Amino acid sequence: MIEGAGPVAAFWGLSVLTLAAAGGVIVSRNLFHAVLFLILVFLGIAGFFLLLSADFLAMAQIIIYVGAIAVLILFAIVLTPRASRDNGETRMAPAALVVAIGVAGLLIPAIADTDWRTLASAPALPLADLGRELLGTWVLPFQLASVLLTAALVGAVMLVRSPREEQEELEEEERR
Amino acid sequence: MSISLEHFLTVSTLLFALGLFVALSKRNAVAVLMGVELMLNASNLALVAFARLAESAMAIAGQVFVVFVITVAAAEVAVALALAVAVYRTRETIDVDKVTTLRA
Repeated sequence: MIEGAGPVAAFWGLSVLTLAAAGGVIVSRNLFHAVLFLILVFLGIAGFFLLLSADFLAMAQIIIYVGAIAVLILFAIVLTPRASRDNGETRMAPAALVVAIGVAGLLIPAIADTDWRTLASAPALPLADLGRELLGTWVLPFQLASVLLTAALVGAVMLVRSPREEQEELEEEERR
Repeated sequence: MSISLEHFLTVSTLLFALGLFVALSKRNAVAVLMGVELMLNASNLALVAFARLAESAMAIAGQVFVVFVITVAAAEVAVALALAVAVYRTRETIDVDKVTTLRA
């Protein structure tokens, strides 16, 4: 339970902002505008994290999602110049709408019906705990994540190498 | 006036449904990826809300999981966008309706 006029107003403001921006991703016809709306969603989620007193995650959200992922998506758009900038739907859009409404219609009554065991006054989780747990209990997944990031990095570089570059490299090896 | 766990979960569900619609309906592969990002963000919101508000012996685990979700999302988006650029090189399109064969 989060009490107080300020947090309650922040919650409703952030909800409207985030969901409206997500709607903007759907309705904007230009792919660039869709990415800008996506950045707004990321910022809204960061606001929610602050509201839930997860300060570190809010900062990580802004740095990684807004700073890295959104920029990466923009790069992908400008690297595919002759592909359509149009953000249109396939003809499966009505079916997708049915699925999306079905998922929401299934989950929201389930959320309302469930008797959640919530804390009456939730203490903020200290950041030191997050660091201690991350490098204590979950140190193996933490290391695996770094392996995954390295693999993804190498994989991405391999995938986007142009055929011309590969040819040049082969010729260079032959010369040796 | 107060907000409870249910409020956060409802927002998270709505965001997830919007992301699901984007991922299933958009024609451009990059837009499909944006839908996946929306869904991942919705799940992160639910996890942080559980960590803060739900009764749990190890509440911080929710936040630890969010750190991992963000990491995996970053790796996923890098590979997926590289794939989109690689497909664009051979086909000159990233329309998911037109990229239907495995042959280049």
